[in-house]
Amino acid sequence: MTVTEQNAPVPAIDVQDLHKYFGDNEVLKGIDFHVGQGEVVCVVGPSGSGKSTLLRCVNLLEVPTSGRIVVEGIEITDPDVDADKVRSRIGMVFQQFNLFPHLTVLRNLTLAQERVKKRGKDEAVEVARRNLAKVGLADKESAYPAHLSGGQQQRVAIARALSMDPDMMLFDEPTSALDPELVGDVLGVMKDLAAEGMTMMVVTHEMGFAREVGDKLVFMDGGVIVEEGAPVAVLSNPQHERTQAFLSKVL
Amino acid sequence: MALSPRKRARAIRGGQYALLALVLAVLVVSVDWHTIRTAFFDTTVIKGMLPEVFSVALKNTVVFTLCGFAFGLLLGLVLALMRLSSVGPYRWLATGFIEFFRGVPALVVFLALAYGVPLAFPGREVPGGIVGTVTLALGLVGGAYMAETIRAGIQAVPKGQMEAARSLGMSHGRAMRSVVVPQAFRIILPPLTNELILLTKDSSLVYVLGLSLSTYELTKFGRETMNSTNSLTGLIAVGLCYLIITVPLSIVVRRMEARAGKAR
Repeated sequence: MTVTEQNAPVPAIDVQDLHKYFGDNEVLKGIDFHVGQGEVVCVVGPSGSGKSTLLRCVNLLEVPTSGRIVVEGIEITDPDVDADKVRSRIGMVFQQFNLFPHLTVLRNLTLAQERVKKRGKDEAVEVARRNLAKVGLADKESAYPAHLSGGQQQRVAIARALSMDPDMMLFDEPTSALDPELVGDVLGVMKDLAAEGMTMMVVTHEMGFAREVGDKLVFMDGGVIVEEGAPVAVLSNPQHERTQAFLSKVL
Repeated sequence: MALSPRKRARAIRGGQYALLALVLAVLVVSVDWHTIRTAFFDTTVIKGMLPEVFSVALKNTVVFTLCGFAFGLLLGLVLALMRLSSVGPYRWLATGFIEFFRGVPALVVFLALAYGVPLAFPGREVPGGIVGTVTLALGLVGGAYMAETIRAGIQAVPKGQMEAARSLGMSHGRAMRSVVVPQAFRIILPPLTNELILLTKDSSLVYVLGLSLSTYELTKFGRETMNSTNSLTGLIAVGLCYLIITVPLSIVVRRMEARAGKAR
């Protein structure tokens, strides 16, 4: 494990000595990790390295076995914390989009606003339309997800998460299920988000995105963080053998 | 000269059609149509059944079935959620209930409710009279069947749907109601229709409760007609009346499936 950098005053995400077991299988073996306010942190590594599990622990889709996770100063691993409330402030985008197929695009965006944030219908629709315009899909509000391309579905998923006005966004391999020619649209939306100052944690295989947009790159392997630092530095001059071996395969 | 495979296939199919036509022709010629008509399709008997066969019997069958189905659906949903619960006793209770009522003949459930309840709770009976008892009996049996169907439907909804809903801050219950269960019902529409059709026919078991004229449903009405007219016509006529319920139902559901398929 590397020595962590100096902490920002109030980190958006602060993970301390996180362990996660699935049965007897230790997937995360003591992770210390943090994301500063407004930072874009990209997490890379081979499959099975625990990067998705780490991401899913941050909004408690996976319950950590031990360790602490502090989100904006609130310890979410405390059993007394209302997980639903935590999640409503953290947007999440999945590899498989996970849009609700039985609802129109607009309803996908308004459902949680009305049920969780208790917004009125008019306000929810207004917020939804604003976010659909932002991802370039204002004309698709009455379509069903099945009628959209993968890239469009993923952009709707981003707009759905944004409609909850999250403080930060988690991306779990957002472009891995897309046809190559559709990847650019989704990355473009994510780039715009980063430029607006959104705090983002991105598990990805897109090294170009990590280099261009990321403030920090974290390389994970075997349930530990092997190396982290400025993306350009890590990508062009990896210090660790395992990082070198991984990057030589994907670059 | 040997036939090409395609020509041979066509010749074989032609032969099958010819055989079918031959069987039909033999049947048509050999059946004693006159006797059939007088025994099964006696028009005076049919006229005598009007209009009660529709205004009383058909109506009661529909009412009994819908009440039983509605209760069964609700019960089935609760049982399915109990089966999927992380709380052990809920799962065991639901499993026991389902195994019992799925295994016991519907007739036995009707008899138990009709004669068992007054014995077990002296001076009381199932509220709602005949309709209440039918609702309860059909609901218990149908609910046990539907619980397993609904459970399978809920489990067929991809896990990512629940995760996406939870990641938006919805509680487990809210995510179930708004996201998972609506999708599950789309998946299980065909088997649920099957259950509704089965319950339509099971509603005929209500005769064991002892019916008066105004509570006759189709089968009882047909049997009474048969007894009083000495002709099978009454039973045949009510048998066909069941089709008036089930065939349009199948058509409506097929349309709904086609529409849901478009949104998938």
